[in-house]
Amino acid sequence: GPKCWRRVRLLAEGGRAGCGGWLAGWPGGRWAVTWPGGAAVDNGRRDYEPRMSHMAPNTMAGTTVDSLYSQKDTTQNKRERFEDLMEERRQSSDLRYAMRCYTPVVYKDLVPRTPSALRSVVLKSDPVQYVIKQLAKETGESPDIISDEASDILEKMGHSLRLSIVRFFAFTLSKIFKTLFHKVHVNEEGIQKLQQAIQEYPVVMLPSHRSYIDFLMLSYIMYTYDLSLPVIAAGMDFMGMKIVGEMLRMSGAFFIRRSFGGDKLYWAVFSEYVKTILRNGDAPVEFFLEGTRSRTGKSLMPKLGLLNIAMEPFLMGEVFDMYLVPISISYERILEESLYAHELLGVPKPKESTSGLLKARKILSENFGSIHVYFGQPVSVRSLATGIVRRSHYNLLPRHIPRKPSEDVHRFLDAVGHRLVVLQQKNMVISPWVLMATVIIQNLPGLTLTELTRQTLWLKTIAEIFGASIDWPENVTPDKVIRSSLALRHNIVKTIKNQVVLCQEDTPAEFTVEMIFKHTVSVLMCASYRNQILHVFVRPALVAVAFQNTHSCKREDIFGCFSYLREVLSDEFVFLPGNLVKDFDEGLYLLMKSGAIHMSQADLHISEKGNTTISFLSVMFEPFLEGYQVIFNYPLHPEFADDFTEKSFIAAVRTYAAELILTGAIKYNEVLSTDMQKNALAALIRLGAVEKFKTVEGIICKVNKQTLGRVVDMLAVPRIPVKNAAVARL
Amino acid sequence: PRHGPAPAFAAAVKAAGSADRSPLTPPHSQPQHGRMASEEREQPRARQRLRVMAGHLRRPGTGPAATSTAEPATATTTTTTTECPALEPAAADGAAKATGSIPRRRQEILKWNGWGYRDSKFTFNKKGQGEFTGKRYRLSGMVLPALKEWMEKSFGASLEHKTTPRTTPNLDLPLSILNEECLKDIKDLNIPFSQDPEDRLIRSHGHCLHEIFALREGKVQRVPDVVIWPSCHSDVVKIVHLASKHNVCIIPFGGGTSVSDALECPTDEKRTIVSLDTSQMNRIMWIDEKNLTAHVEAGITGQDLERQLSEYGYCTGHEPDSMEFSSLGGWVATRASGMKKNIYGNIEDLIVHIKMVTPRGIVEKSCQGPRMSTGPDIYHFIMGSEGTLGVVTEVTIKIRSLPEYQKYGSIVFPDFESGVACLREVARQRCAPASIRLMDNTQFQFGHALKPQVASIFTSFLDGLKKFYITKFKGFDPNELCVTTLLFEGTREKVLQQEKHVYDIAAKFGGLAAGEDNGQRGYMLTFVIAYIRDLGMDYYIIGESFETSAPWDRVLDLCRNVKEKLVKECKEKGVQFIPLATCRVTQTYDAGACVYFYFAFNYRGISDPISVFEQIEASAREEILENGGSLSHHHGVGKLRKRWLKESISDVGLGMLKSVKEYVDPNNIFGNRNLL
Repeated sequence: GPKCWRRVRLLAEGGRAGCGGWLAGWPGGRWAVTWPGGAAVDNGRRDYEPRMSHMAPNTMAGTTVDSLYSQKDTTQNKRERFEDLMEERRQSSDLRYAMRCYTPVVYKDLVPRTPSALRSVVLKSDPVQYVIKQLAKETGESPDIISDEASDILEKMGHSLRLSIVRFFAFTLSKIFKTLFHKVHVNEEGIQKLQQAIQEYPVVMLPSHRSYIDFLMLSYIMYTYDLSLPVIAAGMDFMGMKIVGEMLRMSGAFFIRRSFGGDKLYWAVFSEYVKTILRNGDAPVEFFLEGTRSRTGKSLMPKLGLLNIAMEPFLMGEVFDMYLVPISISYERILEESLYAHELLGVPKPKESTSGLLKARKILSENFGSIHVYFGQPVSVRSLATGIVRRSHYNLLPRHIPRKPSEDVHRFLDAVGHRLVVLQQKNMVISPWVLMATVIIQNLPGLTLTELTRQTLWLKTIAEIFGASIDWPENVTPDKVIRSSLALRHNIVKTIKNQVVLCQEDTPAEFTVEMIFKHTVSVLMCASYRNQILHVFVRPALVAVAFQNTHSCKREDIFGCFSYLREVLSDEFVFLPGNLVKDFDEGLYLLMKSGAIHMSQADLHISEKGNTTISFLSVMFEPFLEGYQVIFNYPLHPEFADDFTEKSFIAAVRTYAAELILTGAIKYNEVLSTDMQKNALAALIRLGAVEKFKTVEGIICKVNKQTLGRVVDMLAVPRIPVKNAAVARL
Repeated sequence: PRHGPAPAFAAAVKAAGSADRSPLTPPHSQPQHGRMASEEREQPRARQRLRVMAGHLRRPGTGPAATSTAEPATATTTTTTTECPALEPAAADGAAKATGSIPRRRQEILKWNGWGYRDSKFTFNKKGQGEFTGKRYRLSGMVLPALKEWMEKSFGASLEHKTTPRTTPNLDLPLSILNEECLKDIKDLNIPFSQDPEDRLIRSHGHCLHEIFALREGKVQRVPDVVIWPSCHSDVVKIVHLASKHNVCIIPFGGGTSVSDALECPTDEKRTIVSLDTSQMNRIMWIDEKNLTAHVEAGITGQDLERQLSEYGYCTGHEPDSMEFSSLGGWVATRASGMKKNIYGNIEDLIVHIKMVTPRGIVEKSCQGPRMSTGPDIYHFIMGSEGTLGVVTEVTIKIRSLPEYQKYGSIVFPDFESGVACLREVARQRCAPASIRLMDNTQFQFGHALKPQVASIFTSFLDGLKKFYITKFKGFDPNELCVTTLLFEGTREKVLQQEKHVYDIAAKFGGLAAGEDNGQRGYMLTFVIAYIRDLGMDYYIIGESFETSAPWDRVLDLCRNVKEKLVKECKEKGVQFIPLATCRVTQTYDAGACVYFYFAFNYRGISDPISVFEQIEASAREEILENGGSLSHHHGVGKLRKRWLKESISDVGLGMLKSVKEYVDPNNIFGNRNLL
């Protein structure tokens, strides 16, 4: 537990302190003996390589987070290494815990400073001063006024970490978390690596984002393990919660506006603030790559703005290296689940407010199961960039002048962003309920408990072969596991006459639009749990779909179809850019590994028992494929207006899809999700079927009917667009 | 003291005048006894100044005589030519040869397997104390008690683990490629030449680590087939003509101090390689006191040039760290930089006229105007051409009166950051003294390792007091503090004024004046430090220095990142001991600074140390380039840094250089394959 962890750390530090000056940094004069952090921190690039070989279970290498073909043993190891944070909380005094000595290790080159000193450094910095002068020239305003403005922005934005507030949070969060969560599992090995990373180079923590709990939980864990509290980039909307916002700020959050595209001063102040913290290593900087909480349970595409800011100190040579730490936070049950489902159907997100938070107290009476927090292997930015980005780009423009990332830097950021999201996915822990939701949603309106148990167990086997880490309770009968999961999800599913059905399923007689939306809330809630496991299946499943669509046993044909599907769905699921062939290979490999596909000579065949797997996998993704077809077809509809905005498109598609559902023309309600609609529109834009124009009124979209026609055809009756370059690489 | 011109000079001047070898010869280059007489009372003072200036080079009392040698006698050399007009009377005089301190058989005074003079080297005496042998330098003959401990501490080296290099050069060379016809033509030139293995071997390398390492191991690759010693411009014209006729490859050789692989013979060169050693072209042809220029043969070494000019009260002020051995032509060919460039400028600022012999003919300008707008400056094709276009034979260089007053100085800073900030401010205010250098903490500690045994208890007490004051009273961290060394030159008044100015700026950045002695020691070490690598190599330590230049705002980041890169790379490449990675800022400019790195490690436990070293050095160079540093500040590109030239100067830029080469030397007679 954390306690003995602290002891271990103190011992380790004692050992280090004994070494004396820098020269003695290596006792005995040999590198091999100690290297702070180095041994634990893997070279990020190596992770690209798929690891086919079996890995020694207890070595560090066994935890390679990015292994494309994770081994079963690895996942089990992973599970064993989790420690329950709450256990100790339940046994000892929260007050003493909150008041205990807090002395985190810090970055080796840290020059300590107060939050206000930090703010003044930022204000006086060259980039901020440069923009102030620029703006003064452009607007005719006096630089002093703009400078005041900048200082005001800083005041509103900056964190003001105070230990007393941290201790207050430590106390209250202990109470709250104990009520809400059964257990909070943390991988201590990851903590250990993070601790080493913090000392070595500036650290950027990149957690997955599924709930508001995320950053509270992370800071709580950091405090518990005596790590320096991260400075967190949080949305300005929190500031709506007066006192709470202020308190969050004192616990290390800093606030940014959601959008500040045109505001040069804001951008300059904000980016310099982040960079200043990173350069000096004041604290780890934490932000959400996904930009916002994922409402669907799937990972969102990485946003690159903050990532660019965070990486600039390295790209400009201001620091030797930095670490990106992917953190995967898996919830057995998400607090906001029903809120999300409503939002996805177009009910706007409620404004954050303190009174709202107080109202939300009622959730305290509910059980939200367990949380798994997995601190991934710190990834060295330098090793990611070596050979990919030429930093000499930055030589020709003074470093204080703001710039847009060049094309290759942008590509690099995009790749890194995707990579880290994939790393987050790999370390997600999957609860039994996720498997059950996957089965249930394929068997609507309902299925028997026995059938649910059977299919869930079958899916568990497949998922484990595919490398998922599943938090399946040991020494409990499967039946009991299923029953207790169902009990926890009483808001989504219920059991009637031994049939497991969705909650809203009992009034199927009259179908109105209103009823459909109500039903869809349940579907989406259920789907949001199924979505948590899709990243495990997406590659083999798309190969399976390609198999079914092409009716071919030629590898090239299947690859052609796969690559098209991957292209269409690449806003829906996170694929590493430029990793097409590897994705295909991985999908195929997993199908072969599970015994679903055989290879005889050069041909691929579905094995006898493989039919179940293949069809299960393709049905799993059918809601998306069908949804995309509906959305892609909509602009071909005669009523469709030529010019449209994203907003109008989504509203119209929703009505259109609802009608189709009413008439029974389509099977899956998920097409009503605004998330899917947005992603499909993005796909159309990417595929050139929709073009965007900037006008005075905003961004207008226009359909290119010819291209769209082709896109629709391809998706309906998937043909094999031969991608020569890619095929050649096969 | 002698009055009037030295005989050699007089001879040269007379010859220049009488032979009327150049229309550029100024009328007043004839000895003007009247004027000289008027300056007679100046002479003793000039000598005094000279001694001060040369103080860091050589102990007083050991004059040039110590280095002069008899005429070499090589079996294959022919008698001195009679076709160099300037030489004839001088040769008859018999003293002229003594003016050049490097004889044809350089190995008689210089090491064949390391840096510098044979009589000077670091060594450990029987008590295990460090010592520097010889009589040439201030440090010579002194005991260095801290050296051993420093080596043990910094490298994990031990006196017990000694390498066993060859004691004599490996003369088992591949046969000289030279056909009869060509040999006959060479003989007919009547220019001294040699096919002696030793002569050839010592002209097959510069002073890169791998070159010296190979010598010590006795590994020999391609070496020149013939060494030839032209005595004047027209000799060179003949040699180049002959080379073109026989399609022979010429590699010009000046001081042999290259650290960029520039002298290495391409291993796949099938043609005869002629090493054209310019060391005997070492006369000052004339001095023009009206325009303050001197016309000099390009083979003259820095120390000879300064010594001879100083006899007339002049100097060029160009003092690269290699000036004892490197030649004027070499400086031109590599775009050299001198320690005192703040006053005198770098080589490109000093050059007024260049004459270069190329396969296409002779290139030079027709006048000596101080600046011209006549298209791109053709001298800039020559400066930095690294022997790929031709041989620089004669140069007109600016001269200045010897400085009246010199003063050393030093400043201690609490850390490297404040030191750099101070240098930047000094540059901003354009008040940089002749030289200003900032050493990082590691180099400061290294400087301590080379401190001679203290003569008196009083001095050691004083040192202790100083240390106490700086570390305890002023609170400087001994593991952080940095030292800047200063050299002021000029009139006494100006020097004192400038000194105050610089110390005032330093005080603003937390710097404390640390005395003249420390400064002088710093500059003395400049020349001695080059010797230490040979000692290291005796104890499994290999090292190298490399340089760059960077904009001011990049200097700190670059220094930190490159040092860290070196350390990281060592670890990754399996080096068993933490390396020495240290730097100093050696030059300040308006827009940036020159940074010099020293990198060394103990290679015990590595099977292929040189290849590991080269990989690490290359990665450090990449780090430099990515941090906004240049490919080279003054070492040049040679073959060592060729691979990065394209990205440094763009495809088109490289194409421009190639097209010049194509025109000037279409048959690649100057085939050392540097640069391009």
